[in-house]
Amino acid sequence: MGKTLFEKVWDRHVVDSVEGGQEILYIDKHLIHEVTSPQAFDGIRKRGIDIFRKERIVATADHNVPTKDQHLPIKDYLSRLQVDTLTQNCEEFGIELFGLGHKYQGIVHVIGPELGITKPGMTIVCGDSHTSTHGAFGAIAFGIGTSQVEQVMATQCLLVQRPKTMRITIDGELGKGIYSKDIILYIISKLSTSGGTGHFVEYAGSAIRSLSMEARMTICNMSIEMGARGGMIAPDETTFEYIKGRKHAPEGEKFDKAVAYWSSLYSDDDAVFDKEYTFSAEDIEPMITYGTNPGMGIGVTQSIPTKDEVKSPAALAKSLEYMGLQEGEKLLGRKIDHVFIGSCTNSRIEDLRIVADYVKGKKKAPHINAMIVPGSKQVEAQAIEEGLHEILFDAGFELRGPGCSACLGMNEDKIPKGEYCVSTSNRNYEGRQGPGARTMLVSPLTAAIIAVEGHVVDAREFINDGELV
Amino acid sequence: MEKFKTLTSTVVPLAVQDVDTDQIIPARFLKATTREGFGENLFRDWRYDQEGNPKPDFVLNQNTYSGSILVAEDNFGCGSSREHAAWALVDYGFRAVVSSFFADIFKGNALNNGLLPVQVSPEFLKAMFAEINKDANTPVTINLEEQTIEIDGTDLKENFEISSYKKMCLLNGYDDIDFLLSNKDKIEAFEQSHQEF
Ligand code: SF4
Repeated sequence: MGKTLFEKVWDRHVVDSVEGGQEILYIDKHLIHEVTSPQAFDGIRKRGIDIFRKERIVATADHNVPTKDQHLPIKDYLSRLQVDTLTQNCEEFGIELFGLGHKYQGIVHVIGPELGITKPGMTIVCGDSHTSTHGAFGAIAFGIGTSQVEQVMATQCLLVQRPKTMRITIDGELGKGIYSKDIILYIISKLSTSGGTGHFVEYAGSAIRSLSMEARMTICNMSIEMGARGGMIAPDETTFEYIKGRKHAPEGEKFDKAVAYWSSLYSDDDAVFDKEYTFSAEDIEPMITYGTNPGMGIGVTQSIPTKDEVKSPAALAKSLEYMGLQEGEKLLGRKIDHVFIGSCTNSRIEDLRIVADYVKGKKKAPHINAMIVPGSKQVEAQAIEEGLHEILFDAGFELRGPGCSACLGMNEDKIPKGEYCVSTSNRNYEGRQGPGARTMLVSPLTAAIIAVEGHVVDAREFINDGELV
Repeated sequence: MEKFKTLTSTVVPLAVQDVDTDQIIPARFLKATTREGFGENLFRDWRYDQEGNPKPDFVLNQNTYSGSILVAEDNFGCGSSREHAAWALVDYGFRAVVSSFFADIFKGNALNNGLLPVQVSPEFLKAMFAEINKDANTPVTINLEEQTIEIDGTDLKENFEISSYKKMCLLNGYDDIDFLLSNKDKIEAFEQSHQEF
């Protein structure tokens, strides 16, 4: 019997099988950041051991960093302490750090791929659930807790239960104005936030194949929002082209050898998945969420479901009360207060280009507060080089320095209580963007149009003959 | 890690489904560099209003309920991988969480911190909520050795699943790192033949 992509990569990393179904899995790359690592470093110190393979760890500061005046000392004492602790730990243990001010600093899931650290066939972990992003390259990448961060520091391995496999196939062609963010919000709205639990997902089908690397990362990023351990996409020419020439990419003959191996990473025709779903790209509309988990999404022209239409009326009622919305209501035309473009889901150069393309020569609605937070220093530099920052500035957007920012409201970038924020991030949980903040998840294009119009729109109405209007 | 053998306690009922880790401990309280003290902010935004006053209708603020077992509805612990969620529950004083379903990462984090996730059938969960509603002082016994949970004074009893390795760890207070460190030779041997591109 053939193997799935997941099995091919996983099997190459199994050091040993243990009683009780656990396996010792070797980890090729370990990414760390300031929030989930300090207790792990402490643990290593307490055990009186050294970090086993420090060259396999890369660190950055992203969750807690301010996005304004990044050259100044961090004002918030606790945030500064956490970022400084990371710096000290990296110095003490000899770990490569792209800290605040470094030209490669940025959100951990943006910098890994952009520096060529993320490659097909690897195992990658990080103390962060959106590590699944790296699966877009055909790597097995997943989030871990801090105790596991310590495990990997101590042994470069994890003791894990092999997840089940799932394939989600999206065939067909996406309509104009529909982006990969809409695909993944659509899938999660169908499968719910627990639909993928216990599984590792492979995304396949012609609609997936046609996507750029950036767009594939958006999809894999949100795998965790349906409860899956991770998501991956078989590498192909698009993948190899993206990696070629990046800082940590193999060169010359080594690159060719790598491509030869990477090309073997796909699910065999006779491979069997524990679960399979198939969707048609033509059914996907621009999506928006109305509730307080990422599974509560609808096509933008649809109505919010009524109590009779959902499995758990109590959960729906609780969400809608928090969101200040009514069952059965439509969102089209609803006034919005904030637009946040950023996060490891949609803050890459391609996302900024989509936004700039649309807002060029236009102005944001006067009542809208529009913030763009690039995913990394490199994205920021590229945006400046392409003149995107001027376009965005002229349109009235506020351009910040890189970091997680209002995606989780750990720094001062928060959405005020009761106000509506249309966001390109991945989570709309209660209070995620600040206490009482009301989040609606959308694609970058939908966010850009809403910034200009000031209310919820159907992106397709702003496109003529495939051109933005 | 503290050993876990049997636990008899009254329970705290949280009749909410899809409890995500952002609710268990909001991001703005993740700034500590140690594992202690997170219990103070457990369920912060459900427990306190913006001025920091306890909200009387939230279960942790009601004297009626106490104990070291938390019972919640389906799909507990979804969302962010923050282990701080498990630390906050432990720091507050919980030793076990009962639900009809747990999100993967949360489950692993809980087990790594001596917090036992007990997955029961939806019917058992329903019965459990009903018993607690009748009498808030109903004790519940969890026996890890036998892998059973029972509502004392009733004939409601159920078995739960746990990997035999994780069970051994909890019963003895071992953690995964101790185990992996004892396998260093195998890991080094693996590295010799592990080809990377
Ligand atoms: S951008 Fe948001 S989701 Fe991504 S790593 Fe940062 S906090 Fe997590």
